[in-house]
Formats: sequence, structure tokens, C-alpha cells
Amino acid sequence: MQCLAELSIGSTGEMVRIFDNNLEQKLLEMGCTPGENFEVVRKAPFGGPVAILISSYILSIRREDAKSIEVIEL
Amino acid sequence: MSNQLFKIALAGNPNSGKTTLFNALTGLKQKVGNYPGITVEKKTGTIKLSNDSKAIAIDLPGTYSLFSKSIDEEVAQQILCNKDNRDYPDITLVVADASNLRRSIFLLTQIIDLKMNVVLALNMVDIATKKGLIVDVNLLSKKLGIPVVAINARKGKGIEVLKKTVINSLGKSPDYPFLDVGKLFKGAIQKANIIRNVENNYASFMALCKQKLSGEIENRCALNQLCKSEDIIPERAQAKETVNRYSLIDKLVKETVKQGEPIGKYMITKRLDDLLIHPFYGYIIFLLILFVIFQVVFSWATYPMDLIDGLFVDIQMFVSQALPKGLLNDLVVNGILAGLGGILIFVPQIAFLFAFIAFLEDTGYMARVSFITDKLLRNVGLNGRSIIPLLSGAACAVPAIMSTRTISSWKERIITILVTPLMSCSARLPVYTLIIALIIPAEDYFGFNLQGIVMMSFYMIGFVAAILVALLLKYTIKSKEHSYYIMEMPSYKIPDWKTVGYTIFEKVKVFLFDAGKIIIAVSIVLWFMSSFSPGDNFEKIEKKWKGHENAEFNINADKLEASYAGILGKMIEPAIKPLGFDWKIGISLITSFAAREVFVGTMSTIYSVGDSNVKSIQTRLSELKNPDTGEAFFTPAVGISLMLFYAFAMQCMTTIVIVYRETNHWKWPFIQFVYMGFLAYFSSLIAYQLLS
Repeated sequence: MQCLAELSIGSTGEMVRIFDNNLEQKLLEMGCTPGENFEVVRKAPFGGPVAILISSYILSIRREDAKSIEVIEL
Repeated sequence: MSNQLFKIALAGNPNSGKTTLFNALTGLKQKVGNYPGITVEKKTGTIKLSNDSKAIAIDLPGTYSLFSKSIDEEVAQQILCNKDNRDYPDITLVVADASNLRRSIFLLTQIIDLKMNVVLALNMVDIATKKGLIVDVNLLSKKLGIPVVAINARKGKGIEVLKKTVINSLGKSPDYPFLDVGKLFKGAIQKANIIRNVENNYASFMALCKQKLSGEIENRCALNQLCKSEDIIPERAQAKETVNRYSLIDKLVKETVKQGEPIGKYMITKRLDDLLIHPFYGYIIFLLILFVIFQVVFSWATYPMDLIDGLFVDIQMFVSQALPKGLLNDLVVNGILAGLGGILIFVPQIAFLFAFIAFLEDTGYMARVSFITDKLLRNVGLNGRSIIPLLSGAACAVPAIMSTRTISSWKERIITILVTPLMSCSARLPVYTLIIALIIPAEDYFGFNLQGIVMMSFYMIGFVAAILVALLLKYTIKSKEHSYYIMEMPSYKIPDWKTVGYTIFEKVKVFLFDAGKIIIAVSIVLWFMSSFSPGDNFEKIEKKWKGHENAEFNINADKLEASYAGILGKMIEPAIKPLGFDWKIGISLITSFAAREVFVGTMSTIYSVGDSNVKSIQTRLSELKNPDTGEAFFTPAVGISLMLFYAFAMQCMTTIVIVYRETNHWKWPFIQFVYMGFLAYFSSLIAYQLLS
């Protein structure tokens, strides 16, 4: 299993599943539905948030939270 | 609908241009307040829709969905889902970002499913075009079954058409739901409708999913039972519904939006981000911006501030001569006018700080600041957005605390508010300057001016204390909410100057009218305390000095001693003696509560007693002898102790009032006053006992 936190800048992936319940609902509502493609565009220094380009906007998520997001690297 | 007032709610995602549209529709006819009991900002305004119809518009907090996860979202949910809510709209205007249609019509489709009367304002069509996206507005309207109007909120395009559409759509509601939850969860929804005694599938679905719709407490039990018997797990049902909704939206977007080639300009955001969130340059640029803000709020603001100060001195002079001498004269001049001047003096700093914040927010840069500082500041219980209030606290805590509204996490916002007044603000500067000049020799050490080093150390002490207290509060304040950081990074935009202007106007207005009332009241109390005394003490003083040289000086000083403030100062002397303070400093501590810089004035009045020569306050204080030892009264120990007290104590009624306004509770200013008082007292005590 791969999680979002592991992907490096520039790589693309596909959303699979989100394990944290509250996080899941929030991210689903913001368009991170299973099967949706994204690109990792930024990672903040010192283990800060990750930014992904998904359904034509940039979304940033904390690195810890990105660990509970399962993805497939494309 | 002639002359009838109806209600319009503006809903939409954050960054959808909702507030810009609200400003364009209402102009300056806005009212800003809080929702009862919570600190979510409530903005309402009047819209003139046509010659004979007006509407009240309410700007709902930005939200991505009707399912609430924060107080802001709960406000939007409660208003839209409850027909009995006093803000329930006759019509809802959903603002959507055309360049990001998929995500921004999610909320719209939920509102359609509530069977609400709704109009879609499709904003930012110009940005969509740059991205190469062409939206078929007519087809979108047909497919959704609601009116859709393309607008450009910034340029004010399409506003008139939008107003007409709103008038024409009144009283109509969508014929069919976007997503039929009744079909998706067969049986359960109908039964929930029966329990709730309404015919609204989507609202019943929300109630089933444990959304706290008001007036539903008595149904909770029955709904929970229904979930069990129908095998519905609320979290799963909600996720299923969201995924199904998005697959319908995807279909709709495919049919109505054509993807062409993006026009070059769109790349600007990427290029700017390469620089602005660069692991090294990103921080350097941010520090530079902070430096500029600090400089402007600290130094530029002094010009208008001096102007206001001078103006009030003139007005006070004029009024004191125009009115007959007596109590009323004194109350107006030294109570009311002094209080009013003390409020207006903050306006330039508030205006300058909010000009910057609105500018940074509107360009999209603020989101980047959070992105690069989130992790660092979260380690000490703060938030990426705490950095602006914290640093502008070094100029003045009042605008700084007002700017904490951009921090979405409640706990991180409270911590920021509680520690910001520890930063050495500009009102402490005159106190530091006076005392440093008294106790620190103006010598150079290793090429550095010693007085300057001490001054800087006091700024550092404030900053370090703020960080340490934040860290302590991080582990003591309990909060149920898990702080998520899920944030959209909007594309960079040239700021909309109107929005910046509105923000400044609104913040100044809120400060003047909301905080102003309480500040005037406290000023009058302080005036009363320093200008009245029990019995006929004042008359005796006047008799005593009659005909004496420099009588006025001595009378004023003696009167202050005999006044209620003086009595209080003497009363607290035993408590402050271990800190090296006498009752005269005690009086100054009390009067400084109006504002710290009053310290210098009070000291100069009270120490002038019995001295017939006019001297500067500094010479006077340096000549002062300690009656017990015969040595100079202001030893380094007393000076350092006094400076530490001013560094930590919460001696600013304006800050206290603003903290109350921003937290909507007297509990927080009280906690702040007590903890800062403790910090001040014990650090002064330790310093004095060690040094003397």
C-alpha cells in the first residue's frame, strides 16, 4: 500500500481510500474522490504540508494526514 | 413584491469571490456583528434590486459542503437547513468559481436537494477562459434546473442581470433533486421524513447522518433506531452519498465544460510559487515582508497618530476654555475627550495593519505563508497564521488581536490572542526609554551602545515569553476539535482594491463602535478615581498651597495623592514593596491601566510635589533619594524590576476590551489579566530581590 506522504514532488497518482473518518469526509467533499487523478506539486520544508493539484486546483494537506491517504502512483 | 424586504443568503466556497460579490451588491450598506454566542462574523447588508424592491443580504461563512465540521460551517448549515431560523433566506445565491466548477458546484447541488429557491452566480469566467475552460452557461442552467448567471464580481459585470434574475426567481424552487437520496437509501429516507414530520429528503438524510439540525433533539433517538434497523452507518452513508454526488457532477461537467488550450498567463502562479514557497528564499521573502509591515505600522503610523494627538490637545484646550470651569469641564476634557483621543489614536495602526493583511489575503499570498510556517509554529501550539498577529503585536496588540480571525482553529487562535500582548508594544517604549536612561549608563560595550542592548533584550524577553506561554497553553487548553489543515491554495490575483478598502473600513468601524463604548466608560471611571477624594481633602490642599509659587504643580500632585487612585496606590504599597516600588509608583501602575504610556505623565505629576523648579521628569527622577538608605531611589534593581513589570503586566484596557470582543467571553481577558499579572509580579520580585 502506498500513501500520499510517500510520493515525491512531480509524481502523479490516483486517489484510492482515506482511512481517517473525519479527514475522509472533508477531502471527499473537496473533490478527492476515489479514482481522481492528482499531481504532487509542492512539499513544505521541515516536514510541513504537501500540496497536490487535483481537479484543477491546488490543495494542501498536513504531512501526517497525508499518511492516512492511500494512493496508487501512476 | 413592491417595497417588501426579503432575505437573500450568499453561499459559496472560500475564495469563490463571494465576499467581493457581497460588496458589489451592498456597497457600504453593511453591518458586521457576531452570531449570538459565537465569534463567527455575521455580515449583513441591503441590496437595492430594482426601483421598488430591496432585499437584506447575508454573507454566509465560506464552506465546501452543508455537512458541518467547524463552527463557521455550522452557521451556514443552521441557516440553510432550518426554515424556522430567523435568517432563513427567501432565496439563496450560490457563488461558484467557473475555473473550478467541479468542486464549487458540490455545495450548490446540496442546496438544490434541500428544495431551496436558488440562483447560481458563476464567477471568475475570465480565469476559466485563461485556463482554457469554456462553460456552456445555458446548458448548465438547463441541466441543473435553476437560473445561472455569468458574472465578474471584481469588475461588477453581470450584476444587473443577476439582480433581475433574483427578482424573477422568487418563489420558485427546483422541480427535481440533483441527486435523489430517496433512491440511494431506499426506505430509510421516507421513514426519516415521517419521524421528522417533513417532506424533505435531503434534510432528513442529513439528520440521519447525525447532523445537528436544530429542533431535532427529540427525534435523535428515533433516528438512531432507524439507522440501526435500516443498517445505516452514518459515516459510510455520508461518504457513499458524496461519492455518488461527485460522479453525477463529473458527468455534468463533462457535458457543459469544454477543455481547450490554456493561455500562457495562467503559468504565473507556478512561477511565483517557485519563489514564494522556496525552501530558502520563501522564508527570506516572508521575513522581508514582515519587516516592511512592522516598519510601516511602527513608524509611518506615528505621523497620523501625532496628528490625532495634537488635534485632541487643541480640542481639549479649546473646550476647557470654552466651558465654564468646574466639574463638567473637567469630566468632558479629562474624562470623555481624553478617552476618545485614546481610542482614535489606535485607528492609524489598525488601518495600516489591515491594509497589509487584506492585501496579502486577497493576492493569495497568505495561504502560502501558512503553508511554509504551519509545521514550525504548530510545534509551539500556534498556527501558520499566528505569525502576523504576533509580530504586529510588537507595534500594538489591539490590531494584532483583531487580525487573529483568519486562524481557523479555535485553540490556536485563543493561544495567539492570549500571548500576543506579551510582545513589547510601542506603548512600552516611552516607559523603557525613561527607565533605561535613568539606570543604564550610555556607554559602549564592544562597539554596541549599552542602552540599546538593554532595550533590545526587553523586546527579546517579550518574544521568548510569548513562545513559552504558547507552549504551556498548548498542553493545558483542552479542545475537542482535531486541528486539520486542509486548505486550498488559490491562484495569485491582483488584489481587488475595493475589497482591501472595505476590510479597512469595516475593522476601523468595529473598533470605534464596539470597543469604543467600553473604553470610554473605563476612561470615565479612571478619571473619577484620579479626580475625586473622600471628604474635603481637595479643598484643604488648595488652601495649603494658596499663594505659593508654582501652586498648580503642587496642588495637582497633592490631589493625585489624596484621590481614590492615590489611596489605592498606598493600599497596594505593602504588596509592591518587595518589588522595590513605593506608593507613587503604585499610583502610576493604576493610572497606566488606561494606557501604559500614561506612566510617564503620572510619574512626572506625582514626583513634582514640593519642587518649585521646572525640571524634566528624567532629572527629577534621577535626583530622587531613597528615604531609608539615602542613596538614589532608582537603582538598577528598581529600574529592571519596573521594566519587567511593564513587559509582562496586562496594563491596557483597550486590549482587554478587544480580547473580550474577539472571544465573546469575559473569561479569556480575565485569564489573560491574571496570568500576565502573575508573570509580572513574580519576575519583578525575583529580579529585585536578586539585584538589590
